[in-house]
Amino acid sequence: MTARTRFCGGLLRISRALRTVALSLVTGCVFSVHASFGAVHGDNDTSHSSGHGTHTKTHNTTYPATRAFPVLTVNYDHVRKPFEISLWILLASLMKLGFHYIPRVSSVVPESCVLIVVGLLVGGLIRLLGETLPVLDTQLFFLCLLPPIILDAGYFLPTRPFTENLGTILVFAVVGTVWNSFFIGVVLYGVCQIEGEQLAAVDLLACLLFGSIASAVDPVAVLAVFEEIHINELLHILVFGESLLNDAVTVVLYHLFEEFASEGQVTVVDACLGMVCFFVVAFGGILVGTVFGLVAAVTSRFTAHSRVIEPLFVFLYSYMAYLSAEVFHLSGIMALIACGVVMRPYVEANISHKSYTTVKNVLKMWSSVSETLIFIFLGVSTVAGPHSWNWAFVIITIFLCLISRVMGVVGLTFIINKFRMVKLTGKDQFIVAYGGLRGAIAFSLAFLLPSDHFPMKNMFLTAIITLIFFTVFVQGMTIRPLVDLLAVKKKKQTKFTINEEIHSQFINHMLSGIENVCGHYGHHHWRDKLSRFNKYYVKKWLIAGERSQEPQLISFYNKLELKQALLVAESGSAANIGPGLSSAALLSAQSQKQRTVMKNISKEREEEIRKILRANLQKTRQRLHSYNRHTLVLEEEDEWSTVQLRRQRVELEKRMTHYLTVSASGWDSPPVRRARFQSDSQEYMAKPSAPVSIPAINMELVSAPPGSLALLEEVTDQAQQSQDEGCGMHANSHEEKSMKPNVTFALELEKQKLSRCLSDPGPNKIEVEAEEKEHFLS
Amino acid sequence: MIVVLSRSMTILLLLKVFFCFSAVSHSQITRLYSRFHSLDKGENGALSREDFQRIPELAINPLGDRIINAFFPEGEDQVNFRGFMRTLAHFRPVEDNEKNKDPNSGEPLNSRNNKLLFAFRLYDLDRDDKISRDELLQVLRMMVGVNISDEQLGSIADRTIQEADTNGDMSISFSEFIKVLEKVDVEQKMSIRFLH
Repeated sequence: MTARTRFCGGLLRISRALRTVALSLVTGCVFSVHASFGAVHGDNDTSHSSGHGTHTKTHNTTYPATRAFPVLTVNYDHVRKPFEISLWILLASLMKLGFHYIPRVSSVVPESCVLIVVGLLVGGLIRLLGETLPVLDTQLFFLCLLPPIILDAGYFLPTRPFTENLGTILVFAVVGTVWNSFFIGVVLYGVCQIEGEQLAAVDLLACLLFGSIASAVDPVAVLAVFEEIHINELLHILVFGESLLNDAVTVVLYHLFEEFASEGQVTVVDACLGMVCFFVVAFGGILVGTVFGLVAAVTSRFTAHSRVIEPLFVFLYSYMAYLSAEVFHLSGIMALIACGVVMRPYVEANISHKSYTTVKNVLKMWSSVSETLIFIFLGVSTVAGPHSWNWAFVIITIFLCLISRVMGVVGLTFIINKFRMVKLTGKDQFIVAYGGLRGAIAFSLAFLLPSDHFPMKNMFLTAIITLIFFTVFVQGMTIRPLVDLLAVKKKKQTKFTINEEIHSQFINHMLSGIENVCGHYGHHHWRDKLSRFNKYYVKKWLIAGERSQEPQLISFYNKLELKQALLVAESGSAANIGPGLSSAALLSAQSQKQRTVMKNISKEREEEIRKILRANLQKTRQRLHSYNRHTLVLEEEDEWSTVQLRRQRVELEKRMTHYLTVSASGWDSPPVRRARFQSDSQEYMAKPSAPVSIPAINMELVSAPPGSLALLEEVTDQAQQSQDEGCGMHANSHEEKSMKPNVTFALELEKQKLSRCLSDPGPNKIEVEAEEKEHFLS
Repeated sequence: MIVVLSRSMTILLLLKVFFCFSAVSHSQITRLYSRFHSLDKGENGALSREDFQRIPELAINPLGDRIINAFFPEGEDQVNFRGFMRTLAHFRPVEDNEKNKDPNSGEPLNSRNNKLLFAFRLYDLDRDDKISRDELLQVLRMMVGVNISDEQLGSIADRTIQEADTNGDMSISFSEFIKVLEKVDVEQKMSIRFLH
C-alpha cells in the first residue's frame, strides 16, 4: 500500500471514528438536555393527558370549543424515565463501539480510561448547558449495576485455580485489606494532626473509615484492565479473587467504623464484636449464596418441559441471593459468587445447550453494559461534584495507598511463600501490588457517607475520586507495557484438549493415592472426598435423569463434541470438519490411507466435477415428479439419479446423529471425505447384515422385477451396506487398490452433502462417477 | 524403640550418601519412616503388596493397583524403606536452588521430567515406552466406571491418541506425552507438601 492510500485510509478511519463519537455525544447530550427540559415542561402537560396514549393522540377530557383537534401532541413526561435510561445505555454501547474504531487509542489506553473521559465530557457538556447532572445514585449502583458484573465473574470463575490458591487469596483479601485500612487510616490521622488547620477536624475514626473505603481493591476496575492484558492465570486469579473476597472485609469495616464514628467511642467489646461480625458477614453471605444455588439446581432439574425460561431461573435466583444477603447486611458479593459457583455444575448438566448459550451471552452482555455505564457515570459524577480540594490530603492519600499496598503485598508474600509449593516471585508480587486498582465501589461507599456525621465528606469524596483516577489512568495505562517489559508470563491459549483432561484426572487420582500411602491428608485427599460425596449423594438430587450417573470425563467429552459439532453447523461449510472424530478404531487406519489417496486432483477436474454434479442434481429434482414404476428402466442416468436421491434421503436422516458424533477442527478437504465416510460406515456397521459380494449384488439389481421402488430402495441400501462392509473388511487388509472403490463410494456419499451446500465438492468426482457406473451396470 | 531410632539414623545416613535428594530433612524422613513402620504389619522391615492394600482409601482409588506396583521394582515382592523413599521422592516439590547444588549428579528425582516419567510408567504397563490404545482404554475404563459403553470409550481413546500423536504410530510416546502436558502445571500438581 502506498503512503498516500495508507494516509487516506487512516484519515477515513479517524474521521469515521470521530463522526461516531461526535454523533453519539451530541445525541446523548441533546436528548438528556431535552429530557431535563421536558421534565420542566412536563408538569404542564400532565393535566391534559391521562392513561396510556401514543404521542400522536391524547385523550382529552374537556376542551374549549375554539381549539382545533390536536393531531400531533408531544407527551414526553410519560416515557421520560425509561427513555433516559435507554439513552444512557445506548450512549454507553455506542461508546464501546466507537472505541475500537480509533486505531491508536485502543491499544494504548484501557477501555475504562476512555469511558471515564467520555463521562467527563458528557458531564461537562451537560453542565455547560446548565442542566442538572445525574449522579451515580448509590442504590442504582449497588442494586442494578454491580450484580451483573459480579454474577458474570462468579459464574465463570475458574474453580480449579481458585481453590488451589484459596489460601493465598484469602490472606491477601482479609489480612491485606485490614492492614491497608489501618495503615492508611492511622498515618492519615497523624498527618492530619500535624497539618493542622482545616484537617484537624478529622478524627481518628473518620480517618479509619476513609482508610477502609480507600483500601478495597475493586473487582470492576481489575476486571476491566486485566481482561485486556491477558496475564497468566495464576496472577489473574490472585488479584481478581482478592478483589472479590475483600468485599466481606470492606463491608464489615465500613459498617464498623461508621457505627463507631457516629457513636463517638469504641470499647474492646465492640472491637471483638467487630471481628465476630466479620465471620458472620463472610460465612453468612456464603451460606445464603449456597442455599440459593442449591435451590436453583433443584429447580433446573424440572425444567425439561419449559426450556425457554431456564436462563431466567439462573438470573433470578442469583439476584435473589444478592438481595437477601444485602437485607441482613451480609456480603452480597460473596453470596453472589457462592451462588454462581454452587449452581453451575448442576444447572449446566440440566439445562439445554441453547439455554446455556443464552445464559452465557446475556451475562456477558449485561456485565459489559454495566461496566461501561459505571465508568461513564463515574466521569459524570466527577463533574457533578461537590468537591473540596485539599492538596495535602489528596497527595498523601495517593502516596499512602501505594506504599501500604506494596508493603502489604511484600510482607504477606514472604509469609505465604513458606506455605506455597509454587512460590510467588518478585515479578508476581509486583504485578499483584500494581494491579490493586480502586474503582466505583470506593466511590459509592464514600458517597453513602451521611454528611451530618461526616462534615469532611466532600474532601473524602474528592480524594477518593482522585485516587480512582490515579489508579485507573496511571496504573491501568502503564500496566500493559510493564507486563511486556518484565516479561511476565501471559495467558496461554487454552484449547480444551481431552488429553489434558484425562491426564489431569489421572494425575489427581495418582496423587491422592500417594497421599494415602503417606498418610497425609492433603489437597487431593479432600478434593477426592468432596467429589465422591458429590457423586454419591448430591448429584442424585440435583441432576435430572441419567446424567446424574455420568462421570465427569464423559460429560466433558460430550460437551467438547457438541461444541465442535455446533461449530461445524454454524460455519455452514463441510470443509471445516477435521480429523478429530469419534470413529471406530478399525477405520482410523483407513483414514491414514485415504489421506494419501486423495491428494492430487487438479483444478480443472474440480470444475468439471462440479458442473456434472449440479446438472445431475437438477435432473434428480425433475425425476421426483416423473417417475413411474413401469418406466423405471435402469438406464445409466436414471440409475444414477435415483441412487443419488436415495442417498440424499438417507443422508438427511443421518445428519441429526452426525451432529452428535462428528467433531471438527478446521482443516482441509481430504479429511472431510474421511469424516463422512467413517461416520457413515459407523452407522452402517451398526446394522447387522450379511456381507454380500459385489458381483452378486449387481446381478440382483438387474434381475429385480421392474417394479416397486421399495425393493429397489432395499436393494440399493443393501448395496450400500455391503459396500461399506466391504470397505470395513478391506480396511484390515490395507490394500490400496481395494481402497479405491471404497474411497470413491465414500466420495459418492460426500457429494450430495457438499453439492447441496454448494461448496467445493473436492477432488475425485469424475472417477467416482465412472466407477459408480461400472459397479451397477457391469 | 532404640533399635527403631538407630535404624532410622542409619537409613538417613545411607540416604544422604547414596542419593541426590540429600536435601530431604531429618524430620521428613522420620515421619515417613514411622508411616512405613505403621504400614509394615509383618515387622520385617519391608512392605509387601498386602500391606499397601490394607490402606482403605487406596482400595477405592481407581489407580490403586498401579500405584502399589510402582513402589515395587521389577519382579520383586518386597520393598524396603529405601525403595519406599525413592518412589516418594518423585513427589517432592521442585526447588530452583537445587539445580545449582549438584551439576554432575544428573536430574533429581523430582524434576518435571521425572515426575512425568513416573506418571507415564503408570500408563505404560508393558514398558515399551508407548501408551497404546489398549493401555489407554484400560485406564479410561478404570477411571470412568462400568456405565459407559465400550464404543464411547473407544472413541474417546481414539480422539485422545489422535490429538497427541505426532509421528503417526497410533500410540503416545513419552515425548508426545510431555508435549501434550506442557500447559499443565505439573510441578504444582505432582507435589505433596508433606515432603517439602
